[in-house]
Parts: sequence; structure tokens; C-alpha cells
Amino acid sequence: MDKWENNRAWLLLIPVLVIVSFSAIIPLMTVVNYSVQDIMGPGNSLFVGTEMFQSVLRDSRLHEALWRQFLFSGLVLLIEIPLGVLIALAMPKKGWGVSFSLVALALPLLIPWNTIGSIWMIFVRPDIGLLGAFVNNVLGIPFDHTAKALDAWITVMLMEVWHWTSLVALLAYAGLRAIPEVYFQAAKIDGASGWSTFRYIQLPKMRGVLTIAVLLRFMDSFLIYAEPFVLTGGGPGNSTTFLSIYLVKIAVGQFDLGTAGAFSLIYFLIVLLLCFVFYQVLLNVGKGAKR
Amino acid sequence: MTLEWMYWTVPTAIFFISLFAVLTAMGIWQALSPSVERRGFLPIATTPGDRLFIGIVTSMYIHLAWLGFTDFSLWIVFPIALGWMIVVMIWG
Repeated sequence: MDKWENNRAWLLLIPVLVIVSFSAIIPLMTVVNYSVQDIMGPGNSLFVGTEMFQSVLRDSRLHEALWRQFLFSGLVLLIEIPLGVLIALAMPKKGWGVSFSLVALALPLLIPWNTIGSIWMIFVRPDIGLLGAFVNNVLGIPFDHTAKALDAWITVMLMEVWHWTSLVALLAYAGLRAIPEVYFQAAKIDGASGWSTFRYIQLPKMRGVLTIAVLLRFMDSFLIYAEPFVLTGGGPGNSTTFLSIYLVKIAVGQFDLGTAGAFSLIYFLIVLLLCFVFYQVLLNVGKGAKR
Repeated sequence: MTLEWMYWTVPTAIFFISLFAVLTAMGIWQALSPSVERRGFLPIATTPGDRLFIGIVTSMYIHLAWLGFTDFSLWIVFPIALGWMIVVMIWG
């Protein structure tokens, strides 16, 4: 397919470029400048070269936070993507149920992130929380997210899944609804089972939206801050201190802008690389299927 | 408007000027002779812009690995990373 090359359309992107340069590129350049200096106060800084990078790269607490972050994001994707697809498959296709389930699913997405943290913090409290008191007193299982690392993890995962699976389900549902009816008729004529209809029609057709879902969920969970910060504050100990919580501890808690700058850049590079790899993998999975 | 709040230093200024210079040069090159995707030793088909991106990101990782695992000067790894970038740009 030959298309006309018309590069003048790129000029239309100039407004976006101007906005992005103010909101992202200039701050990022500033962070790069911070990362090579020890900043004592306004206008008072000392050039230290790559010292900050060296200390951050060899910080064992950062390594722990990084592995914790990978574990968290991996679990999020493993749980939320299949669960979201399952919910989308089970959702009604016509009638009043459609609007009802769409609104019900959208509700968690509309709640501010800090509020989500507060809701869950109260919900799982062992003394007064509905879930916490139920598990402790009725089921008799000792559960305290402020004292035990595993309980804190379970709580954070539950909150994350409750908050964001809806997004995956909504995206998957949009993908499912976009499949023309003729595919299902053809599958029926061929006597395809439910599984093979899913495997060879629905799943490939959902590739686009699932790509977006995986990328969005990975990015959001990798950069998660507000909810675990409100819920556990990174504790007990450091057991739920994810990268961004640790970063804020350094930048705001200790006002160590140089170290925080170096840390942010390494964080940024990790995100950049992972997104590129994800994007390429998902793009090429599609190419293989077409041939 | 002063730029004092950005805490500019000479090395970071040189870094950004060369980065933007490379991007501008690549943009002009693209406008003069539109690029085509092709396969090199990398596992994906890439345009020169993709290869530039891959080259820059991997060189940054090379620098970080050098900083993290060794105590030698960065001037040793800089030519290595630059050479790697040229290899990626030509054969990648």
C-alpha cells in the first residue's frame, strides 16, 4: 500500500511539543542537572559528577525496593489481565445489564487514589474494619496489615486488584464488542468449541486493547505511590516500600535532591526500557499471527 | 527569565546540546531522504530513528553498569559506548 508522504502534518504537533516541553522535558532536564550536584540550598550547589549515581546503584535498599517493585507489577499483571478478560467475557451483551455493569465497573476508577488507600486502611483494620474484624474474629485467622509483611502484601494486592481490574475489564469488553458477529457465526458453523472460539477469534481480536491494558497496568503499578503510602506507609519495616515511596523518602524526607535525581533517572531508564520491550513484543506477536 | 533554578552545569549542558543536535540532524536527514525499515542483527526491523533510540538507551545502561560494577573512570567506557552506538546505527 503506497501512501503519500506529507510531512507538513507534523507541524500540527508543535502545540503538543511546546506543552510537553514545559511539563516534561524541562523538568526532566532539571532532574539531570540535579543528579550531578549536591544541592545544599537555593543557589548553593557543588558539582560531584557521577558520585550520586554510584551510591544509588550500590544501595542495597534500592535493590530490595526494585525487586519488590518487579514482584508487585508482575503479580498485578498476572492477576488483573486474566481476571479482567474473564469479567469481560461474563458481562451481558445487551439489555439494561450492559449499562449497569459498565457503571458498576467504572466506580472504583472514579475514586481518588488517596481515598482508595483510606477506604482500605479502615476496611482491613483488625479492630473496627469490616474485613479485618471479620477475618480475625469470625474466621479466627489472625490478620494485621500493620504488623505482618505478608498481610500487608495481601492487603495491597487486594486493593490494587479491586481498584484496577475494572480498567482491564472495560478495555477487554470494548475489544470484544468490536468483533463482527460474522466471526461467531462462522465459528458456530464449523462447530468450534467455546475454548477455540476464545483462543482463535476473541483473544487475537483483543490483542490491541490487551496491549494497551498491559502497558497501562504495568506502568501504573510500577509507578504506584499514593495507595500503598496511605495504606501501609511502606511498612511494616520496609516490606511494602516500593520504588516511588523510597524515592520520595530520599527527595522530600531527607531533601537529598542529587541522590533523588540520580535515582529518578535510573527509575526512568528502567521504565523506558521495559515499555519499549513490552511494546515490541506485543507488536511482533501480532505480525506473527497475520502470516 | 533566569535559568538559575535549573542548576545548569557544563557537562549536562554539553550532554543536552549534543542530544538535541543529534535529534535535529536525524530529523533533517529523515526529511531529505525518508527512511525505510530493515533488519540488521537486532531481532526487530528498525528505522534509523529506532536504532538511535536503542543505541542511546543501551549506552546509558552500559554507563550505569560501569558505574555500578567498577571503580574505573567513565572516560574508559565512553568510547566503548560510542562505538556500540555506531555499530547499532550501521549494522543494527
